[in-house]
Amino acid sequence: MGFLDRDHSIAPPGFNRWLVPPAALAVHLCIGQAYATSVYKTALVKHFGASLTEVGVIFSIAIVMLGLSAAVMGTWVDTNGPRKAMFTSAMFWAGGFVIGSVGIFTRQLWLVYLGYGFVGGIGLGIGYISPVSTLIKWFPDRPGLATGMAIMGFGGGALIASPVSQALLKAYDPNSGAQGWVASGDAVGKLFLTLAVVYLAYMLFGAFTVRVPADGWRPAGFDPAKVKAAKLVTTENVSARNAIKTRQFWLVWVALFCNVTAGIGILEQAAPMIQDFFRQSDGKSLVSAGVAAGFVGLLSIGNMSGRFAWSATSDVTGRKRIYMVYLGVGAVLYTVLALAGSSATALYVVLAFVIISFYGGGFATVPAYLRDLFGTYQVGAIHGRLLTAWSAAGVAGPLIVNGILDAQGKPGQLNAASYQPALLTMVALLIIGFVANLLVKPVDARFHEPRPERHTSSMEA
Amino acid sequence: MSSTAHTHGAHEPVKKSTGRLVLAWVLVGIPLAYGVFQTLTQVAALFG
Repeated sequence: MGFLDRDHSIAPPGFNRWLVPPAALAVHLCIGQAYATSVYKTALVKHFGASLTEVGVIFSIAIVMLGLSAAVMGTWVDTNGPRKAMFTSAMFWAGGFVIGSVGIFTRQLWLVYLGYGFVGGIGLGIGYISPVSTLIKWFPDRPGLATGMAIMGFGGGALIASPVSQALLKAYDPNSGAQGWVASGDAVGKLFLTLAVVYLAYMLFGAFTVRVPADGWRPAGFDPAKVKAAKLVTTENVSARNAIKTRQFWLVWVALFCNVTAGIGILEQAAPMIQDFFRQSDGKSLVSAGVAAGFVGLLSIGNMSGRFAWSATSDVTGRKRIYMVYLGVGAVLYTVLALAGSSATALYVVLAFVIISFYGGGFATVPAYLRDLFGTYQVGAIHGRLLTAWSAAGVAGPLIVNGILDAQGKPGQLNAASYQPALLTMVALLIIGFVANLLVKPVDARFHEPRPERHTSSMEA
Repeated sequence: MSSTAHTHGAHEPVKKSTGRLVLAWVLVGIPLAYGVFQTLTQVAALFG
């Protein structure tokens, strides 16, 4: 398997660096399927005779494994390069679907936990971080744009997987025309096998397209001296082991955690929330289920486009300033949403759209923020460790929102006022994140790698 | 075919890779455009 080694993926002279973003996108578009599991959730509940919570555990295991594998495997990904990492991710992600399908065909839910959740989750984590440090090295002049393009794919993956999965479930189930139809387990199993084959092909395309730049490469016209002029952008390097000892790492961790937790607060409740906000005194909502579904789709577009647009903008504004926007303006918008969101549907939709674009922007900008603070040496590994903030937010966000809403009343009886405590809690979180981001200063020189040693390490890698 | 890539400054020969570049972007661009189109169709209900 030597062809997967980093040495075999060094770009030849004249290699077009714009081939790297589609390679990264190919991986992220596939693993972004993780956000489209709701398409077959009801079918799995019926097939296994399980509760929604029991089926929901599949997704929870996958997200926890994403965070853990990204944190644990980050250094391995940095050392072995993007080709081996993408190949490994493809094997785990496709393998997870295959094992999951066996679990569905044999009606053994634990096999779906093991397959899609555990094995697939490892593929998610490795795949998510696999192209990040490579993109940063190819685009030292526009790291926010480069990582924004790739991480946009994670948001876009669900947009593709949802309609494709629905179409395939209908094609695989002969009873799909029946009224109140729910896909059969057999159809979901076949869907899993189809996705395994398609995702394997796409991810391998990414693995064999990606290249790492040769030592000393830099884009034409790029002057590193100009980058150094920015106060928070270092030309030094910090190892992943040392990075987690710095105050800066944990301040950015808190900023990301707060931003993600606040975003999940809306995303988790998107469809029922808009209906509750416009519930009239007779208990009926002005917003139908169809319109609420359209709203969820609009948020997906906001999430995806925010990843690209805001991250690319950060190349101009700087990472600290754009995070001040995500967290500071986000807090203001959340406050307006809580206090005046029910006054007009258009206002509510615009506020939610911008808030979710900040949520996506936070994800996409953070690799470049880490590059600025810690250098490119082990930025992939540092990014992997930082993604534990995502896992923590994935638990905290729904817990906070659902816990507060449970105390306000039963689903179907809630109104705009019921959401105020939850939304204002999110405002408080965003302010905490804003302060954390404000405290970020350049990393102390004692954490920097010695220059000669660093050179040796990068040559070995 | 042409390319905008440069290594070690801007003085090395430029490798022709436009076809490969277009193919790579089409392979990821078409599914993404399909997904965005399908989602926008759903979003239309919001403004209908």
